[in-house]
Amino acid sequence: MWIVWFTVRTAALAATLILPFGVAVAWLLARKRWFGKSAIETIVALPLVMPPVATGLILLKLFGRRGPFGRPLHEIGIDIVFTWRAVVLAMMVMSFPLLVRASRIAFEDVPARFEQIARTLGASETRVFFTITLPLAVRGVVSGLLLAFARSLGEFGATILVAGNIPGRTSTVSVSIYNFVQLGKDEEAYRLLVFAVIVAFVAVWTAEIVSRRRSVAP
Amino acid sequence: MTIALRNVTLPLAEFSLEISEELATRTTAIYGPSGAGKTSLLEIIAGLRRPTRGVVSIDGTTVFDSEKRIDVPPRRRHVGYVPQDDALFPHLSARANMLYGVAAHFSAPIGGLKPAATLENILEIDTLKERSVERLSGGERKRVALARALLSRPEILLLDEPLAGVHAELRGRVLEYLVRVRDELAIPMIYVTHELHEASAVCDEIVMLDRGRVIRRDILRR
Repeated sequence: MWIVWFTVRTAALAATLILPFGVAVAWLLARKRWFGKSAIETIVALPLVMPPVATGLILLKLFGRRGPFGRPLHEIGIDIVFTWRAVVLAMMVMSFPLLVRASRIAFEDVPARFEQIARTLGASETRVFFTITLPLAVRGVVSGLLLAFARSLGEFGATILVAGNIPGRTSTVSVSIYNFVQLGKDEEAYRLLVFAVIVAFVAVWTAEIVSRRRSVAP
Repeated sequence: MTIALRNVTLPLAEFSLEISEELATRTTAIYGPSGAGKTSLLEIIAGLRRPTRGVVSIDGTTVFDSEKRIDVPPRRRHVGYVPQDDALFPHLSARANMLYGVAAHFSAPIGGLKPAATLENILEIDTLKERSVERLSGGERKRVALARALLSRPEILLLDEPLAGVHAELRGRVLEYLVRVRDELAIPMIYVTHELHEASAVCDEIVMLDRGRVIRRDILRR
């Protein structure tokens, strides 16, 4: 049961942490023209197509105790690799493209007309974003967030490399299923499997419903 | 109230909008066939389109100057723009739509607009306020869009084909509302239309536009 609770908590934390950054990147990609945009677009999409284990290896090198990010963090007493933080980090990186993709499409679907009219009514860019753009795109953003959460729950390849499988510390549902099968503990593996299927089904189904519902004013 | 456009140029699909005019009357109609550049002209004044060159000033204040690189953003131009498609915010109620500009401007009173209560009477919008914008008819949508623009306390009202999308039987009513707004709120208007009878019912002057150029100006009443 600890494994399930740990996985849900870390996936929820990962989804929460990527939300502001993912929404900002999606909005910049949808609404602005800037130098290096296509490079960022590609980098953001990379975890979708790269082998998750390769992404995990990159994270291991970057956040290991001797890595460019890992060393300064270690010096201030924060270790990433092989801790619960590494689990969250792997989930964040692997699910980020899903949030950005869904949010970007949602922002692109908001007619620029409404934003223009809001500006003529005296609204600042921040107010336009929070009162017009985001509310009109919110279904796409929420749907992307649910997909990111579901993807995080199932994360395996990057997690096993960067966080390992330390019982009671870093073992997630996916890693534990693999581990139980390896050890011949099929019954435990199947129990987790049922959980994984139910949660993934609910998350994807909810994401679909949210993104398809028509927007109706109160 | 004067809107001055000097050597304003904006390339459009088939021709260039080229305007050097001063629009100084209380209500001016921009009249011309579809595709003459009327909407583009309004959008230039509102700051939603940037001309390739020229100078635009509203009541003596330069809001755009291509040479001096002045481009005042739409939110600081104090124009009430009512687009042809209303562009009512679909996720907000009629009331929230109407009050959208009030919150943004509450600290900067501009012009001599009477309080909202008067506007409610003029446009008879009291019963519409709690409705979802999706449940408003074409004429009701126009009134809400008009109220939204007026409540932001603009110095000038820019109306783009305000009778477009309104059922033929209701056009007379909407036209009456516009005349009441003109007379009771005394706000200057630029009224874009391709119907001469609308222009003559509401406006003091008609500026005829064809393929991006002013071809004639007629003063109807002083």
